[in-house]
Amino acid sequence: MAIAVIALLIVPAVAALASLWLPGRAAGLVTAASGIASFALVLSLVPAVSHRDLAWLGYISVDALSVVFLLATAFLYGCVAVYSIGYLGTSGHGTTGDRRYAQRFWAGLNLFAWSMLAAPLMGNLALLWVAIEVTTIVSALLVALEGTDGAAEAAWKYVLLASAGLAIALLGTIFAYYAGSRVLGPSYNLAFGPLLAVAAHLPHTVVRLAFVLAVLGYGTKVGLFPVHTWLPDAHSEAPTPVSALLSGSLLAVSFYAILRFYQIAQAALGPRFPRDVLLVFGVASLLLAALYLLDQRDYKRLLAYSSVEHMGILAIGVSFGAPVALAGVLLHVLAHAAAKGNAFMGAGVLVRKFATKQISSVSGGLDLLPWSGPLFLAAVLALSALPPFGIFRSEFEIVTGGLAASANAGAAILVVLVTVAFFGLSLATNRMLLTPRRDLPGGARLARGEPSVWMVVPVVAGLVALLVLGLHPPADLTGLLDRAVAALRGAA
Amino acid sequence: MDPAHAPGVYTGGANVVAVLILLAEFGMLRQALVRDQIRLYAAQAGLISVLAVIVGAVHHLPELYVLAALSAALKVVVIPLVLRRLLREDGPAGPPVDVGDIAGSGGLGLAATVLLAIAVAAFGFFAAGRIPVPGSGAPATALSVSVSVVLVAFVLMIHRRDVISQAIGLFSLENGISLAALVVAASLPLILEVALLFDLLVAVIVFGLLIRIHHGRAESLSTTDLTSLRG
Repeated sequence: MAIAVIALLIVPAVAALASLWLPGRAAGLVTAASGIASFALVLSLVPAVSHRDLAWLGYISVDALSVVFLLATAFLYGCVAVYSIGYLGTSGHGTTGDRRYAQRFWAGLNLFAWSMLAAPLMGNLALLWVAIEVTTIVSALLVALEGTDGAAEAAWKYVLLASAGLAIALLGTIFAYYAGSRVLGPSYNLAFGPLLAVAAHLPHTVVRLAFVLAVLGYGTKVGLFPVHTWLPDAHSEAPTPVSALLSGSLLAVSFYAILRFYQIAQAALGPRFPRDVLLVFGVASLLLAALYLLDQRDYKRLLAYSSVEHMGILAIGVSFGAPVALAGVLLHVLAHAAAKGNAFMGAGVLVRKFATKQISSVSGGLDLLPWSGPLFLAAVLALSALPPFGIFRSEFEIVTGGLAASANAGAAILVVLVTVAFFGLSLATNRMLLTPRRDLPGGARLARGEPSVWMVVPVVAGLVALLVLGLHPPADLTGLLDRAVAALRGAA
Repeated sequence: MDPAHAPGVYTGGANVVAVLILLAEFGMLRQALVRDQIRLYAAQAGLISVLAVIVGAVHHLPELYVLAALSAALKVVVIPLVLRRLLREDGPAGPPVDVGDIAGSGGLGLAATVLLAIAVAAFGFFAAGRIPVPGSGAPATALSVSVSVVLVAFVLMIHRRDVISQAIGLFSLENGISLAALVVAASLPLILEVALLFDLLVAVIVFGLLIRIHHGRAESLSTTDLTSLRG
């Protein structure tokens, strides 16, 4: 399976180079091919990791947990790549400025996907940190791409806050090295496997420090309260396909880094301390996001706060610790990637159709967009955890796990806040989609129809994925999740 | 002091260098001119390389010499050059912007900020003193100093209202972490250190690009106008 892993590290990088000198349309097709090929490569890894973990040289390693996050990232990469062909095609083209924009967009998109696919493959905490820092700087450039005042402001805020957060995570990584080198000797190279194997002998205070620094540092990129402040700005100002990747993949990949530190902290300190830390951050994030969702004027910011909400749910789910809750968390990573990708892709269609991000300026969406309207509605319902979509199943499992672990208060808070978030999301969506259409300020009428068929097909794929995850997850997938849960519980 | 308990030449020397690094951080905090701030940053990075050489010599870790050389090349030469070029550069639109004295336009007065930084530094110093780190690299006091450097760098980033000073704050924060790494991770394999430095180089280039974008749009380096995104 080494070939699949190496190919996964090469394909998006080659696509990035190719899109630097190919014309716009061809670069788009190359990117789409690269995205779909990456997803196929990750799928081919699923049976390989169902029996044993793969590791090379102490620098690259793949286990069930990494494959879960690779699946989410590669699926969204493929969808967004196809979608972007339509998104750029409808932006008006021909001028040199547009061509340069397209060139930067495609190269940046591929590099961004490459760095996010590389991060879960790293079997070494220092290289994991490097990969995540690369995701930050590539995506900051993508956020700045639109060239508006808002984009420049959002990109600066994002790169400064996320880099400062990652500096804290680096401090945590260095303390993890110190703890490891106490036991493994000075030749230790921060490889993850050996550190976990000797975790029971690590010095407690240092591991505790490393875990808290890592949660705070990587939590900046996950969007946990109170270090989430860059997130709504970056998500709303970035080109919409990039917002989909930021929300569905980038946040999850950063959460993956926290899970690695969680594994070490749990093995060294017992489950109590790391779970309490995650519970505090998770509840605070969920509370903040649920309240902000009630009063948003910009629908991309609305979706961004919904991401904070779902990251909070992930943290709470891990803090419950019961196997069914952990399986729910990992399923949630996959379902959230599909649902939030769909929601942002739907938002991109609204941006193209109505040329505004204001909720109050959009009306009659269901009427004007025969495909994207219902698909956006379905994505929002899926995000609000309504059956039969994947997030319903995952949140149900998380709550069940909470009750099983007799964390009744946590489970109750989760249910109440998710319901509040549902009100916020559905109010705004109702206003945009289900109200009768109004004429534009100039008296002009918008014609009924889709901006581009490229912007519908990947959303249908996402919806199919959500239904499969919700109704009947395939046996291979549940086997993969079970193995990842075993690793998270320290039983593997 | 009883000579038996006096610190040795190595411990004393390493601690002096560590304290000089902290003083450079305070210098950056109160320095009004961005140009001098860049000079202080370069000096601070140079001190870290010196400390790396001392630790390498005492603990027989020859990789640290290579690390010191690479780190000096990047942080003493390349990063200050990039930042100075950004200062000289005329905006793509409009007349050249005078950036000589825009630093120090913080929300708090300078004296209050320095007092705050001293309090924060003291907190970091004593809090980190409670972390048990029997030495493998530089003496443990340097770890406490490094935590102070990190916290003062945060004060610097919060206090300053211009993009270059904020970037310098972030890079000096990274210097503080390098100092901590010399205490607790001196034997970290060279290949990882090089990966981290390479990453810093890429980050510096991207920061440069974003500073130019900001400069081009706002025709200033100040961040006081970056207030449109909220809620």
